[in-house]
Amino acid sequence: MSTTVQLPRWIDVGALPLLNLLLALVVSGLVVLAIGENPAEVVEILLYGAFGYEEAWGYTLYYTTNFIFTGLAFAVAFHCGLFNIGAEGQAYVGGLGVTLAALYLDFLPFPIMLVVGMLAAMIFGAAWAYIPAYLQARRGSHIVITTIMFNFIASSLMVYLLVNVLRPEGSMTPESEQIAENLRLPFIHDIAGALGIEMASSPLNLSFVYAILASVMVWLFIWHTRWGYAIRTVGANAVAATYAGIEPGRFIIIAMMISGALASFMALNEIMGVQHRLLIDFTAGYGFVGIAVALMGRNHPFGIFLAALLFGMLYQGGAELSFEIPTISNDMVVVIQGLVILFTGAMEHMFRPRVTKMYTAWRLRRDAQEAV
Amino acid sequence: MENFELVILLLDATLRTSTPLILAALAGMFSERSGTINLALEGMMLGGAFSAAAVAFYMDDPWIGLLAAIATTIGLSLLHGFACITHKGNQVVSGMAINILMSGLTALVGIALFAQGGKTPALDKAARFQPITLPGAEAVKDVPIIGPIYFELLSGHNILVYIAFLAVPAAWWVMYRTRFGLRLRAVGENPGAVDTAGIGVVAMRYRAVICSGVLVGMSGAYLSTAQGASFLQDMTAGKGYIALAAMVFGKWRPFPALAACLLFGFLDAAATRLQGVVLPVIGEVPVQLVQALPYVLTVILLAGFIGRAIPPKALGRPYVKER
Repeated sequence: MSTTVQLPRWIDVGALPLLNLLLALVVSGLVVLAIGENPAEVVEILLYGAFGYEEAWGYTLYYTTNFIFTGLAFAVAFHCGLFNIGAEGQAYVGGLGVTLAALYLDFLPFPIMLVVGMLAAMIFGAAWAYIPAYLQARRGSHIVITTIMFNFIASSLMVYLLVNVLRPEGSMTPESEQIAENLRLPFIHDIAGALGIEMASSPLNLSFVYAILASVMVWLFIWHTRWGYAIRTVGANAVAATYAGIEPGRFIIIAMMISGALASFMALNEIMGVQHRLLIDFTAGYGFVGIAVALMGRNHPFGIFLAALLFGMLYQGGAELSFEIPTISNDMVVVIQGLVILFTGAMEHMFRPRVTKMYTAWRLRRDAQEAV
Repeated sequence: MENFELVILLLDATLRTSTPLILAALAGMFSERSGTINLALEGMMLGGAFSAAAVAFYMDDPWIGLLAAIATTIGLSLLHGFACITHKGNQVVSGMAINILMSGLTALVGIALFAQGGKTPALDKAARFQPITLPGAEAVKDVPIIGPIYFELLSGHNILVYIAFLAVPAAWWVMYRTRFGLRLRAVGENPGAVDTAGIGVVAMRYRAVICSGVLVGMSGAYLSTAQGASFLQDMTAGKGYIALAAMVFGKWRPFPALAACLLFGFLDAAATRLQGVVLPVIGEVPVQLVQALPYVLTVILLAGFIGRAIPPKALGRPYVKER
């Protein structure tokens, strides 16, 4: 095979993903054209809807919060070589944990509830991830299939619980009772208001701060701890890990439980922060989009933050879009999501050979000139 | 006698609910036996259902609708192949991307074309597949036992139901009795060996995903132009995943997959009838439990508690000819 030069980092994690993203957006533009609208106008409305006014920022960051959590969830499992498609179900069951804690431990003072709510979400989410993890580690069942199955099982379980158990008496809608007011996560505009800063009200709440902290923690965990090292080793080569004295099964289970716990934090944002009650399908596909977020962000917390912001923008801007242009429904955003996942995730290698070839040619020519 | 009629009706419903599962499970099998994971069944089914309904509406002919559905799903299969086979992309991600894409695109195009909130207009009789009365069904109608079985259960379905059931032995024959099938299976187990024998792995895998596209297209068309009378947003409602589960449950083999589809179809048919019914001894069965049962059973099977499901060896691994 001909000589190739290793691509520098800025191309590998910067230019290539951007190129793929660009392609996804171009194709999205073509879809917009095909249904008879003007792509430039769509972009303008999208951007204005996402960042054009103060309230929009709040909404954008609120959606971003969910994507950070589900993106991190996918990334941690992925570092261990696992495809966790189950963030959706894990977040759903995590929501059950938060709701139960908030409804049945409502005598707790708020600061304790903050911790208890988080722990409840973590335990439920991690437990839901534990079963597929155990089956993968000890019985060799494929994690992709089992986590998909567990999403559906979670969905049925939650519908059952909401309809038959958690629904308050006399209510027709399958929702749980409201969480007591003093146990809800404070909104950022309320916190800012208390500090004397005027802010437009939006659903952005304390969980955004959690999300940033979680990102830092994941970064420390994956690259600066013994377990993180073990997880990456198992992900890179499970057989080699065994020879290095790392038992793969153990770390598969650990990585999946952390992944499930991270996914469940989404429920903090949605249930303790915004909805204040358990709703059917409150996870609304955030778990699946987390896959795209993590892949686009190259499974690094900082990249995940940027990708989450992009998707947050698409969500919020997309909501604005469906107001402004009636023929474009929210489904346009779903299409863009799909295209972004397709081009940045599934076809991530499409440009790599060509770019590598071009870069190699350029390097060789430069080296030759320097030699003269 | 009343119970007998009830059983016949339930089995009749089972045939109808399991038809799309059978076609999609066979589709998944063709793709996966050749080494390409196909999580996109759900999205392809949706795309097929939409194309079938839209084209059948314009052309007033279900057959042209069916062709449109198959063309759509072959296109999507080629897209999946382009990402996973040509560019060695991740097969799971590609599948998920197609599912998300189609969930949005069908609704978006539906609104743009028909402005009915993502639905297609209701199809009239001529644009749908109609029930077929099998020869002699009317004659034996009143014969006890055999009459109801033949008339109610076996006769009176639309052509796609019969195609689905005939597709199973056909798929078996192709898979196990033809050179194409042998090569297809080999490419999913040991692509290196197939390549050494001078057979193109990439071409073989593309052919497999095209077969997959044809079958899943029929299952989509069934939903919107045979079982239903229009396309509804997200009308597949997880059927693609159930078919995937059935394929795994059937251990990637045609006849066991058929059995799994019938079982899951039966559960589906039973779930709608069990709603709010109090059974003796057991009490009221929660519908959600019955709905979750296919997934639970598949997990138990995968865990190795009921036999062993061994996937094709090269499943999920793109073929790299040389490094």
